[in-house]
Amino acid sequence: MGITYDVVHRTEYRYGAPVSLSQQLLHLAPRDTPRQARLAHALVVDPAPSRRVDGADAFGNPLTRLDFDRPHEALVITARLRVRVEAGDPLDPLTSPAWEDVVAALAYRGGEVLDEAHLEAMRYRVESPYVRIKTVFADYARPCFTPGRPLLDAAQALMQAIHTDFTYSPEATQIATPLLDVFEKRHGVCQDFAHVMLACLRSLGLSARYVSGYLRTTPVEGKPRLVGADASHAWVSVFCPRQGWVDFDPTNRVVPSLQHVTLAAGRDFGDVSPLRGVILGGGAHELEVAVVVTPVDPADT
Amino acid sequence: MTETPAPVAAHSSLLAAYERNPRHFHEMLDADGTVRPHWRRLLADLEASTPLQMRHRSDFVARQIREDGITYNVYADAKGADRPWELDLLPNIIGAQEWAGLAAKIAQRATLLDAVLGDLYGPQQLLREGLLPSELVFGHPNFLWPCHGITPPGGRWLHVYAADLARSPDGTWWVVADRTQAPSGAGYALENRQIVSRAFPELFRELKVQQLAGFFGELQATLRRFAPTSDGESPLSVLLTSGRYNETYFEHVFLARYLGVPLVEGHDLTVRGDTVYLKTLGGLKRVHAILRRMDDDYCDPLELRSDSALGVPGLLDVVRAGRVLVANALGSGVLESPGLSGFLPRICERLLGQPLAMPSVATWWCGEAPVREEALEALERLVIKGAYPSQRFEPLFGDTLGKPRLAELRARIRARPQAYVAQELVQMSQAPVWQSAGARARIVPRAIGMRVYAVATANGYTVMPGALTRVAGRDDTSIVSMQRGGGSKDTWVLADTPHGDDGAHRREIRASDLVRRDDFLPSRLVENLFWLGRYSERADDTVRLLRVVLSRYVDSGTTNPSFNAAIDACRSLGMLRGHSALRRRLLASVADPDAPGSLPGTLNRLYWSAAQVRGRLSQENWRALLELQRETAALSVDQLGLGDALDVLDRLLLGISALSGFAHDDMTRDDGWRFLMIARRLERLQFLADVVARVMRHPAGADHATLEWLLELADSIITYRARYLSAPQLIPTLDLVLCDPANPHSVLFQVAELCREFAALPDAPDGLDALAAIERRLRECDLSALEDSLFGERGRGDAMLGIADLATKAADLSRTLSDQLNLRYFAHVDDVSQRTFST
Repeated sequence: MGITYDVVHRTEYRYGAPVSLSQQLLHLAPRDTPRQARLAHALVVDPAPSRRVDGADAFGNPLTRLDFDRPHEALVITARLRVRVEAGDPLDPLTSPAWEDVVAALAYRGGEVLDEAHLEAMRYRVESPYVRIKTVFADYARPCFTPGRPLLDAAQALMQAIHTDFTYSPEATQIATPLLDVFEKRHGVCQDFAHVMLACLRSLGLSARYVSGYLRTTPVEGKPRLVGADASHAWVSVFCPRQGWVDFDPTNRVVPSLQHVTLAAGRDFGDVSPLRGVILGGGAHELEVAVVVTPVDPADT
Repeated sequence: MTETPAPVAAHSSLLAAYERNPRHFHEMLDADGTVRPHWRRLLADLEASTPLQMRHRSDFVARQIREDGITYNVYADAKGADRPWELDLLPNIIGAQEWAGLAAKIAQRATLLDAVLGDLYGPQQLLREGLLPSELVFGHPNFLWPCHGITPPGGRWLHVYAADLARSPDGTWWVVADRTQAPSGAGYALENRQIVSRAFPELFRELKVQQLAGFFGELQATLRRFAPTSDGESPLSVLLTSGRYNETYFEHVFLARYLGVPLVEGHDLTVRGDTVYLKTLGGLKRVHAILRRMDDDYCDPLELRSDSALGVPGLLDVVRAGRVLVANALGSGVLESPGLSGFLPRICERLLGQPLAMPSVATWWCGEAPVREEALEALERLVIKGAYPSQRFEPLFGDTLGKPRLAELRARIRARPQAYVAQELVQMSQAPVWQSAGARARIVPRAIGMRVYAVATANGYTVMPGALTRVAGRDDTSIVSMQRGGGSKDTWVLADTPHGDDGAHRREIRASDLVRRDDFLPSRLVENLFWLGRYSERADDTVRLLRVVLSRYVDSGTTNPSFNAAIDACRSLGMLRGHSALRRRLLASVADPDAPGSLPGTLNRLYWSAAQVRGRLSQENWRALLELQRETAALSVDQLGLGDALDVLDRLLLGISALSGFAHDDMTRDDGWRFLMIARRLERLQFLADVVARVMRHPAGADHATLEWLLELADSIITYRARYLSAPQLIPTLDLVLCDPANPHSVLFQVAELCREFAALPDAPDGLDALAAIERRLRECDLSALEDSLFGERGRGDAMLGIADLATKAADLSRTLSDQLNLRYFAHVDDVSQRTFST
């Protein structure tokens, strides 16, 4: 079972003063995952960039670099993509190994040879610019991570705990809000929810990464509308030696399936922010982001 | 050594009072207390020197440091002030044979670390095979994922390497820390050498101390060799500094000058497409090699740390395209984690197929359980360090902690073991330090460590035959750190055989390589030279005006109309504003940097702009500036008398005049110099013309007492007396101050000079026509209208107003030209870059 989606992600900057030089890094094309295939992707950029280079970043995500060397007062980037999302096998958390065994398996032992998946997992087990490793996070997670509990079962419990304890409030945080502040005040947006969950998992010695993507805009009939549609969304993915990477969305307390479209994955927001740039000039600027995710087949609505 | 040195009695008078600690290795003495052969010559020299000779030598060292302005910034210092560099008179001496062994080991270690970087930023075989924990690499903020997969030019990551060494009681040297990012201190070592070798010139020659210059020659050659160039291009190298607040900024300036490369900050460079350019007065010039003194993650705010305002946005993509050499390669700082040390022996076997020759002190990385337990067991004998710089964890010495804090530390390590490293504490070796407290000079033992340097060459690594020897601050401590207030020593490595000079390393400069013009003047530098010019002239003008006012205030009191004219001029220039008593306002203008238009305020700005261009100023020029700054910094309004104030002004005027001498005789006449001179002319023009206009409009404008101070202000009083032998009168005074083309202080002279300099600027800017028009009017100015007899008092008043209007026009033109220059040449300098994120 699967759904094909059309996604339109429109980003508009309006600058208070002309920008004379601008360099932008775009994470606006979807990576392929075991459950998701990219069918089409197009980028419309206004004004036209003076240079465009398409490639990939160090985490396996598509990355586009754009330079603008003529003065401009606005920048509009519209990404259109079509992806096919499969439901995948239903998650059975209880079949995963005990979480302590996973921690032990990931720990360094001199001379032990690491396979590709293991080495890749190690990238997401350490501190990164937005995710601190602290005792407070491990302590918070501990009630969910009881001795011998299967990893994915414990992770699911942690997702539920964060969803219960934290309030979703778009006004409360900015990208620059330190994680410890978010943690103390117990509110934030989907990026913050994801960062908190990552900090908890990594502080326990587990490997977990940040996933950016989208939610379908209009809910399936009879189901509530998910929080964080209309914009780009974020959740986490936990590494399990048996099941591979398994996604959890603490903002909506769901295991992502047919309603989530994956864009990119990295250590934290900083690695995969949709549009990251440096501009010369510009003064104060306004940013407007709009995302629409619709099933291509009317039967899927 | 080729000669047998003079034997020295083991118990000479200096040694008699010298207490050797038997628990440490001693550089100068062997276990029996006998002076080691390679130290005998120095000790004999010290014994044979009179106290006066020794005092001269110590004074010489102290004076050189002060006069060269050698400093080391200490972040922790609340004032953020520069601290003078501490240099001991006595060198540390290493024998030829011992050094040869040490150098070979250091070169091997550099080769190894270069290979480790190649693996970490490539196949990561070391991680796959479990030879190195991924935690230490991936968890380190200087492991830069965006650099993964990039091979730098020539496949070299590490161009300059430094190792901190300590010698244990059995005489073995150990590596305590590796510096792989942007090693500092080689410049200080060179500076130490230049001073200490001159304090002992004969000794230095006789001992055949190995030269340091070759090392820096190799560094230049390395930058040239690896710089990617297109056909026929001569590579442009720059030294990228994180700025004058960096603790070793002095060294950045010194090195840039010594290597002959422009010293640039991040915003002097710009990336367009896949190329990085230097913003110069003549436009953008491609940069081929960047020797960086900036941390890895600050170098590119686009791809690396986004909160960095120091770096060059887009630099990483230029590196990726293979279009610039960055030395050391971005991301090389990952090897500075102390946790790596313990893994190097096996890695060396794996990568180089040979045993590691230069060992690190015993190191336990706590991320591995059995190792951690071992370390926790022995904690009170170890040094505990953070594995990552982001922890901001100051090293803790187990033996100083006591039971409760040790227990606390153990718990902390267990909570996050991979972030901690325990190291054996080395009892560092000791060397003699010269102490001349009071009349009795003596030598005392101090703990020392050496920082040694290696540079990549065409055939592997070459080690600098010398070192920065660092000295512990107190006699009871074993910590050597510049941050914590230690000192330093020159390091003399003796030669086996006499050797020629360092000419072999030098690139031969042919006639076709001759450079007459610096095409690589950063615009920001030129802008600061411009402001240096303006502030030096403004300081000069302010001193002269204050001297006029203060001396009149003392002599004739405040009721005199000509005095009021002077006060009026001051106020029109923004000085003496406020409501306190005039006396206080006057003193504040001399002593209070916050008083409007005050002298110390101007001198502070002068000093600031000079500091931005310090690399372009001669040592003497810089020294003169420091003196000016010191002179006023010590003043206080409350303690200053009128007489003292006049005294200070006289002294300052001398110092400021010296600056103008430097500007004329001491600087190369390139475009930077031209902007400095233009700035001085513009400032003087504006000042003189404003004052003349004000005086001509003042009721006491034609009084001879007013004209006298006007002449004084224009430094023309002697010329006037020589020409006219009478009290100042209106027509000859105005002729001298306004229209005399030969008087360097006349308004016309400034305008004429500006016409010349503007015409010589690259792409001559607007304003030349306006200047020429004013010049014509001044040349044609008919002063006979000012004669009494012609039109009577009223007519003279009108004529004075006419002169005032002309002067105002000249002053306004000066302001307009200044703005135009800024717009035309420096507008792009000020652009603020900002970082943006969307969600």
